[in-house]
Amino acid sequence: MRGFLDQIFVNAKQQILSLFAGTPDWVGQIVSSLLSISALLAVFLSLFALMSLFERKILARIQNRLGPNRVGPFGLLQPAADGIKMLIKEDIVPLRADKVMHFLAPILIAATAILALGIIPYGRNMTPFAIDGGILFFFAVGSTTEVAVFMAGWGSNNKFSMLGAMRAIAQMVSYELPLIITVLPVVMVVGSLRPDAIVAAQGGYSLGVLPHWFVFTPWGAAAFILFFISGLVESNRTPFDVPEGESEIVAGHMTEYSGFKYATFFLAEYFGMFAVSGLAVTLFLGGWHAPIRVLEIVPSYLWFFLKLGVLLFVFIWIRGTLPRTRVDQVMNFAWKFMLPMAFTCVVAAAIWHYQGRRFAGYLWSLGLLLLVYFALSRFLETGKKFAPRVYRFAE
Amino acid sequence: MSSAAFFLIAIVTLAAALAAATLPKLIHAALSFALAFVGVAAFYFLLGAEFVGLVQVFVYVGAVAVLIVFTILLTRRDVDRERGFNWSGVLIALAVFAGLLWAILKTARVSVLAVPVAPLTVRQIGEALMTDYVWPLQCIGVLLTAALIGALVLVMEEKR
Amino acid sequence: MARTPLPAGGTPTLPETMTPALQLFLIVSAALFCIGLLAALSRRHAIFILIGIEMMLAAAGINFIAFWRFGPQPAPPTGVMVTIFAIAIAAAEAAVGLALVMAVYRHYRTTNVDQFDQLKG
Repeated sequence: MRGFLDQIFVNAKQQILSLFAGTPDWVGQIVSSLLSISALLAVFLSLFALMSLFERKILARIQNRLGPNRVGPFGLLQPAADGIKMLIKEDIVPLRADKVMHFLAPILIAATAILALGIIPYGRNMTPFAIDGGILFFFAVGSTTEVAVFMAGWGSNNKFSMLGAMRAIAQMVSYELPLIITVLPVVMVVGSLRPDAIVAAQGGYSLGVLPHWFVFTPWGAAAFILFFISGLVESNRTPFDVPEGESEIVAGHMTEYSGFKYATFFLAEYFGMFAVSGLAVTLFLGGWHAPIRVLEIVPSYLWFFLKLGVLLFVFIWIRGTLPRTRVDQVMNFAWKFMLPMAFTCVVAAAIWHYQGRRFAGYLWSLGLLLLVYFALSRFLETGKKFAPRVYRFAE
Repeated sequence: MSSAAFFLIAIVTLAAALAAATLPKLIHAALSFALAFVGVAAFYFLLGAEFVGLVQVFVYVGAVAVLIVFTILLTRRDVDRERGFNWSGVLIALAVFAGLLWAILKTARVSVLAVPVAPLTVRQIGEALMTDYVWPLQCIGVLLTAALIGALVLVMEEKR
Repeated sequence: MARTPLPAGGTPTLPETMTPALQLFLIVSAALFCIGLLAALSRRHAIFILIGIEMMLAAAGINFIAFWRFGPQPAPPTGVMVTIFAIAIAAAEAAVGLALVMAVYRHYRTTNVDQFDQLKG
């Protein structure tokens, strides 16, 4: 029974594929890819609809309001109403815009966001695109987003769009470094770039209770926090939504987009958020493994989506709690704090590994992390930096 | 299947490269350049070197294309000015292509088919990098650091 | 030869008749090289020249990988290694080259290589 529920989707796919047994090899491959893609899109598009509703609901709760509750029971049909509204809006393209780039940007940005979702293991044997360098694929695809954002900004021929795109690219490039370097310790310890191998390495329990997730090691906890912050920046979420800060530059690179194209940007932002959270779950939170051995009866994909849901809730929670940062603060934080801490995580993971992954290594890596953390906060004197900032323009 | 993929990728790559070399607007050329390099990465995938293909996309689309685009923006006043096209370059390029094509078609030994082979894993590449190629790796590290510092020094504003 | 994601352990193979020969890869890379040469020789904008050089390097990379793949197997991954190093060098070259373009632009207010004709800034 347990195995049946756990593998129900895998078996269903095998059943459908067995219908094509007599056809040439490539037909089977194409059908298999199409099945994975449609499953991925169905799941994440409904998650997107739910998320857009729950985000508004939760934000409303945080701000002591009710949130959308008119359309359908508890406002559950609100996403459908929003979708219809977006579809029937007029699609405005600025007269002086670079038409081709203006048109291609939302497509490219959504495509890259969806591609990045492909390598994440959603359950036991449930990786849509099991490639040997999966983690590298994620980042290679993710870095393409910068080009798409630039196309949006440039193609709109609007100074707000251009400024927003420049800001977005600057902060995405800066935070890509800590994002990737915090993944390194996990890759080092597992010895593989395969997401499946990384999840498999986190199976098992100490004393039958404490799971072997990397977030429960000192370097893993630190790397997880750094990764999560970088993920917030990469998906342009509050408090790092400087590129699209309404009070400063209208909506950044999305200023000149309307109707369904705007909705596509919105979708790409959410898909990016799902992808980063999914990767965080895979790398640090044990992927689809259950937290306690007893609970392994529950199908693996449910665990994955539960963890994903928790992370997404934290995204919303942070958005409802923190004010927006300034551009120079974002950049300073990346280069002066995130990057050294990320490198420290790598060293701490190496120490943990060479101490035999036992308690002594645990203490040593914790000590190193705390030392660097306090040295950095001491050295950067974060409390005293309130002087007027100096503007430096590119000539 | 593989042949179809090959011709599709070849056409896209070469068209994008040609666009990158000839389009009058710099921004369009830079983006076609990015597309051409995605095509090159697809070739690496086709040849069974996935890791190199991913590195190619990561470095060229994620870093070099963005760098080029930023440089275009920062030297913007000069971007769209009309300037001549050196036709002798076309002649030289065509001549070189003709020579290469002649050499390739003339050599019988290159018309071989690939033998089936187990794909190259990231682990194998990592082990090779850490054993046989550790000195080149270190040199590349030094080179990249030097390039980073050099680029920073070059673009830093001069104190007057 | 086209690698398709399969479960670990499976070695994907295709009938040999379906894979393109080494010649085709060489021709494509020669074409890419010549397009790069064209960009480097006939455009007068410094960034175009850089793009052309990058394309020539990529053409060399395709050749290295193709010769590795079509050579006697199993072979040590020399071609792959050379390509990885070439990509790293190309990245360094692009960074320094673009920094140079910007530095020159500050002095001359132009990126046209024909006008970089003074040694004194």
